[in-house]
Amino acid sequence: MSIDMEQFHQVFFEESLEGLDVMESSLMELQEGKADPEVVNSIFRAAHSIKGGSATFGFSAVAEFTHVLETLLDEVREETREITSEMIDLLLQSVDCLRDQMSSLEQGESADSERSHNLKNSFLRILESDDRIESSSASIALHKEAGLTEGWSIFFKPEIEIVQSGNEPLRMFRELSQLGRLKTTAHLDALPTFTALEPENCYLCWEMELYGKDISEAQIKEVFEWVEDESEIRIKPLTPNTDSNLKDNVGSEQLSNSINSELNTIPTEEGVNSPEKNEAKSASFSKRESASIRVGIDKVDELINTVGELVITQSMLSAVGQDFQIGQLARLQEGLNQLAQNTRELQESVMRIRMLPISFSFNRYPRMIRDLSKQLDKKVELIMVGEQTELDKTVLEKIGDPLTHLVRNSMDHGIESPEERLQSGKPETGIITLKASHQGGNIVIEISDDGKGLDREKILEKAVEKGLQEPGDTLTDEQVYQLIFSPGFSTADTVSDVSGRGVGMDVVRRNIQELGGSISIRSIHRTGSTITIRLPLTLAILDGQLAQVGDQIFVFPLVSIIESLEMRGVEVSKAAGGCDLIKLREDYIPVVYLAEVFGISDQPVLLDESLLVVVESNNEKIGVVIDDLLSQQQIVIKSLEENYKKVEGISGATILGDGRVALITDIGELIRLSGAMHINKMEAGNVMFPAGPQAA
Amino acid sequence: MNTGEHVDNEANGLLQQGEHGVDQYLTFVMEDDEYGVDILCVQEIRGWEDTTPIPNAPSFVKGVINLRGTIVPIIDIRQCFNMQETNYGPLTVVIVLRANHEAGSRTIGIVVDAVSDVHSFSESDMHNPPSLGDAVNTSYIKGLAQASTNMVILLDIDKALNFDELQGFIDVQSKAVAAPMSS
Repeated sequence: MSIDMEQFHQVFFEESLEGLDVMESSLMELQEGKADPEVVNSIFRAAHSIKGGSATFGFSAVAEFTHVLETLLDEVREETREITSEMIDLLLQSVDCLRDQMSSLEQGESADSERSHNLKNSFLRILESDDRIESSSASIALHKEAGLTEGWSIFFKPEIEIVQSGNEPLRMFRELSQLGRLKTTAHLDALPTFTALEPENCYLCWEMELYGKDISEAQIKEVFEWVEDESEIRIKPLTPNTDSNLKDNVGSEQLSNSINSELNTIPTEEGVNSPEKNEAKSASFSKRESASIRVGIDKVDELINTVGELVITQSMLSAVGQDFQIGQLARLQEGLNQLAQNTRELQESVMRIRMLPISFSFNRYPRMIRDLSKQLDKKVELIMVGEQTELDKTVLEKIGDPLTHLVRNSMDHGIESPEERLQSGKPETGIITLKASHQGGNIVIEISDDGKGLDREKILEKAVEKGLQEPGDTLTDEQVYQLIFSPGFSTADTVSDVSGRGVGMDVVRRNIQELGGSISIRSIHRTGSTITIRLPLTLAILDGQLAQVGDQIFVFPLVSIIESLEMRGVEVSKAAGGCDLIKLREDYIPVVYLAEVFGISDQPVLLDESLLVVVESNNEKIGVVIDDLLSQQQIVIKSLEENYKKVEGISGATILGDGRVALITDIGELIRLSGAMHINKMEAGNVMFPAGPQAA
Repeated sequence: MNTGEHVDNEANGLLQQGEHGVDQYLTFVMEDDEYGVDILCVQEIRGWEDTTPIPNAPSFVKGVINLRGTIVPIIDIRQCFNMQETNYGPLTVVIVLRANHEAGSRTIGIVVDAVSDVHSFSESDMHNPPSLGDAVNTSYIKGLAQASTNMVILLDIDKALNFDELQGFIDVQSKAVAAPMSS
């Protein structure tokens, strides 16, 4: 009986890739000479599942490779071998190698590669070298001296639940019999009485004799490859006189035949074996723009609930509609309201499914930092904050490459070499921080390092050299920093593998602008720099406060509103530079007239009848003068850029209950729009590049 | 306005010529001139409804509407072509078009006086627009074609509805009005 294995391939690839992610992140936790058994175990489990799966599906190249890997891990697990940093490196490389193998298998290509052979040989070298603590693991040590003999005696006692994991003794015997003449003796001692017999368990153990000249031990071990951990297997070379009492083997083979043919129907479970930690850490590397996403069960439950309510409303409405009398109008209206609410909820929960935590993107960086710090000979620690911040899947996928670029830049240009750091009085280990948070209707990602910061003079020098700038021009810090986003600009003295070719920053900025975001740099020479990316939460749901200005309605993100007050009696003072200020308790905050900024009406604002909404973004506050506050509601952000273009001061649009479109204000930009001069004075060195076409 | 009979003639012509290089155009009328757009770009035709204005947008951008959940900008093509503004009424028509640009495609509505007809034109029916110097930007005109009685100006939607170019185009016009320049 055969099962169509093809249908499980996709599952196997997905599971394996997840397993590899687990391996990778666990390997990152491993430290030289100190093997946390729990961590080693999770690596081992992942490798084991991949081995089992690939063997089951006949991907022998992968299976062989993982087998070697697993042998090594097993020794680490048994604490017979110390983990060295060389091993961790090799293991990490093999994770990469396996990923490549998986992707070539997925495309139907052969997974056998030179790289895997090289890695395998390195592993074998480690395994053969005698730096083990003690050779307690009997099975391997025993047979070192054994070369090729005329046959082997094999004792095989599988774990009682062997067939439940998809491994079938009969198949192994068949494979063995292909190597040479096989005699099998089954021991039925452990067989319970018929009533106590669990049909899915295997109570048998076998003694086999395999005759044949050129059979190596490795060939036999390969047959038992994926059961050797659960089973008792003893392989001994046959001495001529052990060839005895094998007369009664025929009957037992028939028995095992019949048992196994029944067991054939049990589906393979090996490939579906998933370590507990998989849940949170899955797709994390860029090549995979995954077509499927993992969704929390709570989100799906919510969706099902909403659909349930929708169905109830629908049946209620159709009952009303069947025999409609005018007296039922109220009921009809009620039903329609309910329907509207259900629809809105449904829309929201569907949207929420698209939201993924940013850790999907962040998870690749620990590995990258580790590799790069070796390559660049720098010591760097990565701190990640707010990995659980959710953002839309499409944004998440597109943000990966720019982020990678920025992190590499921080590593290469930002963090100094350990000697330099010690000289300038900093700790030897540099720190790179990745931070994600929601701010207003935006997601803000910060990449900061405590490296040498941007060198104003060097940037200027380079700009003059490249002809981007005339010598002698006086530039503000803002303009100088903006130069690094010019195409082809790099201040790196030497071009390295990591960065310095200067193709990056302009691409980074363009990618981010395509997402409707903005990027800004804050830097202090010799102290470090922070790059801040602000991205809109496209498709996201926002708590909004509707506000009326003239005959138009604008939406303020509720989170950015600090308070609202009446303008009556509030004293507005003029500051130098034409900016209006009001005193709010201890602070002076600038005032913006929305009608003026957005050019809604030419009539002077009647302050006495206006309201002031105090909003905050990036720790800056402004007061926005509006006519009236309307309701608060959840709104779905729609992109304005999709069919139009970026509008200054507007982060998107939404559709109100009556079908009209309302625009959502972008507080950060509003602050800039209103008093860019004023704010720049207060925050010298904080440069913002507007995302609009004006930035070009 | 053209008649159904005319369309039949066109259709016959289409058959005779074979299907190569023949495109159908939806034509609309503004100030007695007939303009045509590739019918494959047309998503739908709807009546005018109130829009939500966009702050600080150029005056030809009338605002955005909600088209079944998508935010669609509406532009007044009259203003792009330097025509008199008219009042919008229940009979004013909005043609919703799909235009391509570098990063994908956009759905945009244009306000026109009335929708007129569907014509088939082949490449050979089309004449290049005359060069009118710098003062008039003709890049958004795909060509001119002769319908039975009058000339149809065929618009290149992708160019005509590119906001950045439109903006530049308006700038050129206003400059040209302010200080006519020679080529």
